[in-house]
Amino acid sequence: MLVIVVLLTSLALIPLISILSYIIYKGAPAINLDFFTKLPAAVGETGGGIGNSIVGTFVLILIASCVGLPVGIMAAIYLNEYMPKGMYSSTIRFVIDVLLGIPSVVIGIFAYLAFVKPIGHFSAWSGGLALAIIMIPIVTRSTEEILRLTPNSMREGSYALGISKWRTILHIVLPYSIKGIVTGIMLGIARVAGETAPLLLTAFGNHFWNTSISEPIASLPAQIFEYAKSPFDDWIQKAWGAAFVLIMLVLLINIAARSLTRSRLKNVD
Amino acid sequence: MNSHAQLQTEVQQNASLQQKIYQKRRFRWMDHGFKWLTFSFGCIILIMFVWIILELTNESKQSISKFGLGFIFSQDWNPVKGEFGALPFIYGTIVSSLIAIIIAAPISIGIALFLNEMAPKWLKQPVAFMIELLAAIPSILYGLWGLFVMVPFIRDWLQKPISKYLGGFPLFSGAPIGLGMLTAGILLAIMIIPIITALARDVIRVVPTLQKEGYLALGATKWEVIWKIILPFARPGILGACILGLGRALGETMAVTMVIGNRAEIKASLFAPGHSMAAVIANEFTEATDDIYLSSLIEIGLLLFLVTFVLNAGARFLIWTVAKGSKGGVKG
Amino acid sequence: MAQRMRTENLKAWYGMNQILKGITMDIEKNAITAIIGPSGCGKSTFIRCLNRMHEVNEGTRVEGKVWFEDQDIYAQSIDPVELRSRIGMVFQKPNPFPTMSIFENVAAGLRLHGIRRTSELNDAVEESLQMAGLWNEVKDRLQHPGVSLSGGQQQRLCIARALAVKPEILLMDEPASALDPVSTGHIEDLAIKLKHQVTIVIVTHNLHQAARISDRTAFFLSGDLIEYDNTKDMFISPSDKRTNDYISGRFG
Repeated sequence: MLVIVVLLTSLALIPLISILSYIIYKGAPAINLDFFTKLPAAVGETGGGIGNSIVGTFVLILIASCVGLPVGIMAAIYLNEYMPKGMYSSTIRFVIDVLLGIPSVVIGIFAYLAFVKPIGHFSAWSGGLALAIIMIPIVTRSTEEILRLTPNSMREGSYALGISKWRTILHIVLPYSIKGIVTGIMLGIARVAGETAPLLLTAFGNHFWNTSISEPIASLPAQIFEYAKSPFDDWIQKAWGAAFVLIMLVLLINIAARSLTRSRLKNVD
Repeated sequence: MNSHAQLQTEVQQNASLQQKIYQKRRFRWMDHGFKWLTFSFGCIILIMFVWIILELTNESKQSISKFGLGFIFSQDWNPVKGEFGALPFIYGTIVSSLIAIIIAAPISIGIALFLNEMAPKWLKQPVAFMIELLAAIPSILYGLWGLFVMVPFIRDWLQKPISKYLGGFPLFSGAPIGLGMLTAGILLAIMIIPIITALARDVIRVVPTLQKEGYLALGATKWEVIWKIILPFARPGILGACILGLGRALGETMAVTMVIGNRAEIKASLFAPGHSMAAVIANEFTEATDDIYLSSLIEIGLLLFLVTFVLNAGARFLIWTVAKGSKGGVKG
Repeated sequence: MAQRMRTENLKAWYGMNQILKGITMDIEKNAITAIIGPSGCGKSTFIRCLNRMHEVNEGTRVEGKVWFEDQDIYAQSIDPVELRSRIGMVFQKPNPFPTMSIFENVAAGLRLHGIRRTSELNDAVEESLQMAGLWNEVKDRLQHPGVSLSGGQQQRLCIARALAVKPEILLMDEPASALDPVSTGHIEDLAIKLKHQVTIVIVTHNLHQAARISDRTAFFLSGDLIEYDNTKDMFISPSDKRTNDYISGRFG
């Protein structure tokens, strides 16, 4: 029995090791200064870089965070601090469950219909909003869970000093749970950083530096997709290089997020 | 400074700290203000959700009214002629996801049992962490790896030997090109293993310790405990976990589109290229030139939405029954 | 003696359960009033009604009147938040704010009430810690986390924190029940010292504690006030048989 189970576990870990090592093996050689700073080369030429995609991914994450984080965190505060029970809150929790399960490409369709079609062209902000919609349920869920772990005695201690509820939330509850909330935020960001399908329908892609958020914008995942489909070896190598950058970004955020909560758990013990 | 102001400052200076506190209750409006602020952010989530449903149903109306139920059962997908039937995509989505779940379910349950019941402590954390990392890898990177590493591997080491000996069976017929239904299914399996594992671990964790220990005390082996206590107790929850994994597989886009071959055909062979609902949206959406084409793609999106909605609701219900059962078990 | 608070037919519910069944009693100024009774008799709920803390939990309800000076604290015009800065509370389990230092714990109430001048805060923190008998133990490590203190010290920190906002009444909900005998002694001495400045209402399941420190004692049973008298009289010659049974240890 033990043998079977160990075998199954290692079977699942082989792809992880294979993916990571391939991306490092194929991607690392593509990395140089030009790769980070230059625009993509024209068809048939070698050289160039994916600087605009890296910047684009950060711009998209920034837009998504500016919209998604306030909504997610504030909604979670309402759910846990003001109305843990009741119709309204259970409805929101149900909707969050559903949103977590919706394929991201469907969110992409929605963002296209709501933010691209009425304007008439692809844009960075429509892509950012699509990512925000993916981010909101993740952040709401994790924030609410963390707030629920905050001991009630702390809130009562604060009320007993004549401190109002909103100040208690802002000055007592949030500082206590901030590490856990940040962990949730970082995991949400890591998740949307690699989203591709919704961006194809909204931010589209761009081979140049983006000057305005109402223009289409390049992003790492969309660039990887474009290059991976291409017949040119140089572009395929660039795809691996971009994959290397993306996976480093995502893994670093993940590891940082997890070490944050782990150190916090130590404090509590 | 006039005498009145002077008086005022003196009074203020004399005022005790206590009075100061009572006077200083500022921002009283925030008591309700903050509540309503957070409430309204909750509303944004609800509005967003309703808006998503409205947009999807509204924009797929054209396709629904033109093709009706035939949309789901028709095999013809010909944008040039204006004929749109979604069956090849539905078929591809279902078959690739089923392959995925058949592979992923036993592996995930095995891992969950290993991590919860058997693994030594020092091994638990790193393995759990690595499985979680598997979930963190973006799907586009699975696609890239699938296309350049897995496709050749499966072609040379799986498909070629099989077609050599079993090529006569329709299931394994056709040229071994690597791209296709089987590869997509295997790739999806890798992607949903961490999801099913995490949920299955949660479910297995709530199996009451009392029951397990009672059975062990009767002289049962660990193996018997797993089969007679843990798995029966956790069955609905594990089923729910698998359904959630299935839901994720159905909606997976980038990884699938890179390895499935993107051909809108229905073939009996697992080696043949196919297509999927999510993949066709990602590939053709921005190229859809006329309204009915776009509307058809949106209807596919709506179908995906509905299916994942139903699967999620069902799965959550199953997991919830286990959690509830364990509470009752502890009391009883 | 002057009276500080008075409850009139005070009833309280938790969900469907009625916890208090109509309590009418006076609380005297600058005295220690002890509330005793077996667990579940409603004594904690009673003092939580005195500063409107009962209502912060979901599914709770209060009826009746509570007079504080000449105001009904359950009247529409009363702001419970302000009320609680005048009627402080110390809880069964010490609950210093875990993210804050010793200094910040005591200053928290003042800061959040808008007092920002450093000198003023320093003075107030020192004064409160002095009053709580903690100053000499912590004056050299005010910046250490509040949770680094021992349980007894944490509870006195919580008392200092409550005193910092200058309450007129201090409600103590079994403040020593989680502490060792030495720390319990500290808290009892402290209560006796403090009563000249603040009115104290203390809930305790420890009869000896009530006998040692309180001026007046109220005996609660199943949500009713059975007997309320000077502590001495009550412990020497209780007028109700149930009180007699309880203090002689026959139940509870």
